[in-house]
Amino acid sequence: MFYREAGDFKTSYVEDGQTFPIKLDRYAYYVALAVAFGVIPFLIDDYYANAVLVPFLIYAIAALGLNILTGYCGQVSLGTGGFMAVGAYSVFKLMTAFPDVNILVHVVLAGIITAVVGVLFGLPSLRIKGFYLAVATLAAQFFLVWLFNRVPWFYNYSASGQISVPERSVAGIIVTGPETTAWAKYLVCLVFLVVLAWLARNLTRGTIGRSWMAIRDMDIAAEIIGVNPLKAKLTAFAVSSFFIGIAGALFFAVYLGAAEVGEAFGISKSFLILFMVIIGGLGSIFGSMAGAAFLVLLPVMLKNVLVGSLGWATDLAAHLELMIVGGLIIVFLIAEPHGIAQLWRLAKEKLRLWPFPY
Amino acid sequence: MKLRLATLALGAVLAAGPALAELVIPDLSYRTGPYAANGIPFSDGYQDYFTLLNERDGGIGGERIRLIECETGYNTEQGVECYESTKGEGTLVYEPLSTGITYQLIPKASADGIPVHTLGYGRTSAKNGAVFRWIFNYPANYWDGASVAIKHILDQEGGDLSDKTIALVYHNSAYGKEPIRTLEELAKKHGYSLTLLPVDHPGQEQKSQWLQIRRERPDYVIMWGWGVMNQVAIQEAVNIRYPMDHFIGIWWSGSENDVKPAGAAADGYKALTFHNLGDDYPLYDDMRKYVLDAGKVAGAGDNLGTALYNRGMYAAMLAAEAIKTAQDMAGTSQITRAQLRDGMENLEITEEKMAALGLPNFGPEFKVTCENHGGNGFAAVSQWDAAAGEFKLITDYMQSDQEVLAPLIEEDSMAYAKQNGIEPGCN
Repeated sequence: MFYREAGDFKTSYVEDGQTFPIKLDRYAYYVALAVAFGVIPFLIDDYYANAVLVPFLIYAIAALGLNILTGYCGQVSLGTGGFMAVGAYSVFKLMTAFPDVNILVHVVLAGIITAVVGVLFGLPSLRIKGFYLAVATLAAQFFLVWLFNRVPWFYNYSASGQISVPERSVAGIIVTGPETTAWAKYLVCLVFLVVLAWLARNLTRGTIGRSWMAIRDMDIAAEIIGVNPLKAKLTAFAVSSFFIGIAGALFFAVYLGAAEVGEAFGISKSFLILFMVIIGGLGSIFGSMAGAAFLVLLPVMLKNVLVGSLGWATDLAAHLELMIVGGLIIVFLIAEPHGIAQLWRLAKEKLRLWPFPY
Repeated sequence: MKLRLATLALGAVLAAGPALAELVIPDLSYRTGPYAANGIPFSDGYQDYFTLLNERDGGIGGERIRLIECETGYNTEQGVECYESTKGEGTLVYEPLSTGITYQLIPKASADGIPVHTLGYGRTSAKNGAVFRWIFNYPANYWDGASVAIKHILDQEGGDLSDKTIALVYHNSAYGKEPIRTLEELAKKHGYSLTLLPVDHPGQEQKSQWLQIRRERPDYVIMWGWGVMNQVAIQEAVNIRYPMDHFIGIWWSGSENDVKPAGAAADGYKALTFHNLGDDYPLYDDMRKYVLDAGKVAGAGDNLGTALYNRGMYAAMLAAEAIKTAQDMAGTSQITRAQLRDGMENLEITEEKMAALGLPNFGPEFKVTCENHGGNGFAAVSQWDAAAGEFKLITDYMQSDQEVLAPLIEEDSMAYAKQNGIEPGCN
């Protein structure tokens, strides 16, 4: 009843292969886009931008990136925080070295630099798998953080080792620095997320994506049928790091405005994004966003409910928040190991048949 | 939230009669995580002092104070969330107690026009108020601390450090890196050699750093630590039998809960301070009467008189005095943020003022101006007496080496001004 599919016929392969083959889904997607672009920018205030929506959008980009590597290509990575740091420091160096170039170009360039670094650290994946690869990427995490802490060139020799973003604008609208309006921040991140999600969706259903999934499902079999593991694994690392680099660049330039590497891009960030991917659903674009939403919005919501509405002590609320989020993660993983995306998929199947299941 | 605000406002109306407005003070505290041991006493002291003013005097200048606490966990992202969620309530001045969060807030608060006071932490070059119009770090900053520590060592060594080595054990973050530049400049002047030993967040793992100290035996160890890092470092120093009176912590590494875990062996450990210690002050009688015994304490009420509680109280006292100054200058009790900024820029702390508040001899006298947001840079050295269980001042307040620090502050603040397109000036 929710899905009225009567009369929704496909007459060509292109139509049948589209991202949202069900009409209702497609309309829901258009409405979501229209609201995101046409309504929210007019309503958003500083609090919603800085505490809720901008972090959600940026973490969604990072989770998309990690999902390509871990969810689609099956390579476990614990280096996400380090790669985000590469994106952040690249954009910082580019912004200060070439102040006249458009900041959006710098963000994309930062993504490309991160992609190169990601390929470099992805080379061991040709030899090692599973837990051993996780350890190798963990080494990348620690090495990169150490590097940005140790070499003063990366932070332009500032006394404290902090990097802070200079003010830059796009078409006369300030998008980085303290004077940025809430809607400008939000729109920049939203545009990047929409474009990158579209890119990810189309990559994963094309040749490259299929070769990633073949490697994930059984690498020896994939090699036998002609998938080149070198190419598949390294492209996965490159694309994944490109996404994560952009997320890191936006995280520093648009969201935080100032960062120090150990605190902003430490190992806890790698785990946070890995949890987003696992909770959201491995190998799913929607899952990346759902996972990011779950882990960004839930703590903020709990804090507002417990401290703001109920008036509890802040330390009690902070401890409870950890317990509730942790508990929910366990419940989720037991109830549905394939994440929120799978829950949504099942719900959709049921809704399509409801109220007459067979 | 709305309902709670409404009831609070209603309560204030009923209690204070015609005074409708209130002074909103946020407290970005951390009572959880690896830095909670130090975050709790500071926050307790900060809140209890304002509670005392509310209970005893009915607020400041007839305006009641409304405290909003927000938990940051010493994490910059949560600090940003706290700042954004509280600034809409008309908050007057932020005291984030985190150098990392301060770096986040410097540009944001400057753009929003909200004063930030960083009491002995934060960005040192914010002392130059012509560049950092909204940021204050009186009465002393990290570079003052580094300089006073070296001065104390000079006194110990009879004025000659030419063949000495000094190790700096520091939290590997913006906070811990702050003193490095000053210590390097001072090394050029006094001829000692400096060893840098970073400790990564949260600081529980320091075996290799202290192994290096054990091997190289530096003549002095200076520490820039916070949270659990302090306790671990002092325990490690005890383990390698490092002479404790040659081990000097910054003021953030000098509270009772840092030294107590190491027991009697920590006796003789030194830490800097820019205010006095203990609870032998008339103010504490009022604090016990109006806050502790009335059951209005912010925390468990077990921190009164500790070093960090005193510092939180001191921060609140300076904020309250700045509000009074601003109220006098503006001629109204309901001040705005800009008026408070002017009040802070004209704040003068004298012995008479402190004695009148019930805190005689509590800290050095200082005066804030627009050009100097950082006070005069006086600090003293305290030493831990394990048998008595208290820190005791062993020196007078010493001024930092201004001829070395002033050019460094000028250079760093001007670089910031240039990078951010700020026109330095006091108007």
